[in-house]
Amino acid sequence: MTDQSQTRRPPLIRLLLVLVPLAAMLGAFVWIASLDPLRGFNNGAPPVEALTVERAILDGSGISLKVRAGGSDAMVVAQVAVDDAYWSFTQEPAGPIARGDAVWLRIPYPWVLGEAHHVNLLSNSGATFGHEIEVAVSTPSATWGQLRLQAVIGAIVGLLPVALGLMFYPAMKGVGRRGMNFLLALTVGLLAFLLIDTISEALELSTEAAAIFQGSAMVWLAALASFLLLMAIGRWRGNPEGIALAFYIALGIGLHNFGEGLAIGGAFAAGSAGLGTFLVLGFALHNVTEGIGIAAPMLRARPALWTFAALTLLAGGPAILGMWAGSLAYAPQWSALALAVGAGAILQVMVEVSAYLVRQNADRQATLMSPAVLGGFLGGVAFMYATAALIKI
Amino acid sequence: MAGHAMSGGAPDPYSAHSSGMAHGNMTMVGRVDHDRNGFDPISMLTDWDTGRTEILPDGRTLRTFEVEAIDMEIEIAPGVFFPAWTFNGRVPGPALRAKEGERLRIIFRNLGSHPHSMHFHGIHSARMDGIQGAGLIDPGEEFVYEFDAKPFGCHLYHCHALPLKRHMHKGMYGLFVVDPDPARHPEHASIAASRVLGSPENAEWQELAMVMNGFDTNFDGANEVYAVNTVGQAYMNEPIRIDKSRPVRIYLMNATEFDPINSFHLHGNFFDYYDTGTQLTPTLRTVDVIMQCQAQRGILEFSFADHEDGLYMFHAHQAEFTELGWMGFFDVQEAGA
Repeated sequence: MTDQSQTRRPPLIRLLLVLVPLAAMLGAFVWIASLDPLRGFNNGAPPVEALTVERAILDGSGISLKVRAGGSDAMVVAQVAVDDAYWSFTQEPAGPIARGDAVWLRIPYPWVLGEAHHVNLLSNSGATFGHEIEVAVSTPSATWGQLRLQAVIGAIVGLLPVALGLMFYPAMKGVGRRGMNFLLALTVGLLAFLLIDTISEALELSTEAAAIFQGSAMVWLAALASFLLLMAIGRWRGNPEGIALAFYIALGIGLHNFGEGLAIGGAFAAGSAGLGTFLVLGFALHNVTEGIGIAAPMLRARPALWTFAALTLLAGGPAILGMWAGSLAYAPQWSALALAVGAGAILQVMVEVSAYLVRQNADRQATLMSPAVLGGFLGGVAFMYATAALIKI
Repeated sequence: MAGHAMSGGAPDPYSAHSSGMAHGNMTMVGRVDHDRNGFDPISMLTDWDTGRTEILPDGRTLRTFEVEAIDMEIEIAPGVFFPAWTFNGRVPGPALRAKEGERLRIIFRNLGSHPHSMHFHGIHSARMDGIQGAGLIDPGEEFVYEFDAKPFGCHLYHCHALPLKRHMHKGMYGLFVVDPDPARHPEHASIAASRVLGSPENAEWQELAMVMNGFDTNFDGANEVYAVNTVGQAYMNEPIRIDKSRPVRIYLMNATEFDPINSFHLHGNFFDYYDTGTQLTPTLRTVDVIMQCQAQRGILEFSFADHEDGLYMFHAHQAEFTELGWMGFFDVQEAGA
């Protein structure tokens, strides 16, 4: 009855009811803009200026910087000094840089291989914006040899460990209820580590991005959105289990590995990675557990052989894509966004694997605190933490 | 070396034969608009303010200068603007020049937004010192400093309002040169005469007023731009013409804040140096680098008479200052070339 008590208005009236507040809002904006009520606060202070260096490319023609402006007015880069020496430069496109816009600054500076350089950008008001090039190395360009080399490293840190982990499948197949619980909890544990790691990396990257991207908010909201979307998709037809759940885990881990690839590729580009064999092996060992985690929910199913290949590609392949993207088109805000999406995906599979684990056991509450589950979870976190020590520089 | 190959016909930053001036790519981009600033570094070199004179009843000369403190935004490097406090709308302030023994009267008006003063490095009474209670005046006020022009030499004046660093580095300093009276120095009368502006002996000299200064454009306590006479690289872009048949005398003063010392180095030549200019014989003979602490000053004398024509560089020998703007060229040529 209460639903019916509201009378249905004719469409024209309903449209009008929307248009009136919209028109009022528009009118108010025009009025405020023309009145400029903030004029009274004008105390002669110079405009707020902000410049963010998003990308640095070093090659035979010198140093190129991609610079994004974020001031209250359009900004002018008046002079560029490298290592406390004013240097000639060109700007593409030329002219004042509007808020939110990015330009390239080309500086024909003879940088020195393996040494640090400091670039200082002077605006027309004399404000300075520094950018540190910690180790100068030639920025990788999109040559065939370069792409292939990165693909090999991407395969070693992404594809290989997942494949190795999945090879434990036959051995895991015979485990009983407690063993199964242990493996599923282990999966949740390693995912928990990845979640924390991914979020903190995304937040760290987002601080390097221009303020206009609102890094922290962007990371949390992107993670939330990706979590909700994947949850909705996953539960389209009931709770994901078995092979389907394995694919969701592979997707979440794949997105994480994409972020990991971005980080390695970005480090390549920035010259900070003397990416030794030790480091690559560390990544591989770190990621072996990912294969075990993917295999865990399929123990009651009968997956075809191609399933394993597909899972490996989905979970490990993005590491290669990430390497390419990270070294060739690095920008802190996009890397942070990719990592945040990955974090949402990881949270989704954590929820689904936990739900699956609980459903597998009749005595639900007791199961969660059982030695097998707690041991698996903590073991997963601890293993990831320990192996991460190998790869953190 | 990896990464150092030429790419796509672009100018090679590693080549020793890059196009352009002798500084290659190490340069500011663009040119300063001297007209908008209202002062030109080239004309400032020889623009001495001699005030106006009258003869006092006792026969002495009374020389009167008028100086105003003015807030002004100046372009110190191409496209870089600095909110300066100036004397007479220029940085450095007017190069005041008098003769030993004259009575000096400096009428100072503060048209700026902060209290200011003129503190002269010279011999005068405490009342005329330009510190609090002795000629430090509020905006809109006027003060007349009076004292005798002594000792002769190459001196300076600056604002002594507090905080001192801020008032100095915002641009409130200038040269104050007192020429020796030859009659008082019979043992070096001709040398003294050559230093008296406008005398026949002085006419053959090419005299240049140079103030080494720096600007902290982001107010972090370190200079972003270094220069001589304010505009970074000004004499790089427009070399100073030198007639090689005539000797050169530079009145040099260091008004750089934040950095304890500055220096002057001349390429391809050596000079005699008269520290503070208070002697008629050189303090240092045949040197090519001298250093000055803050407010130190002196006179440099040299000649290019036996040199080939060409561009002779001069700069601070702190390479950092050089590369941040403090360098220039003498364009040495035959007379009338």
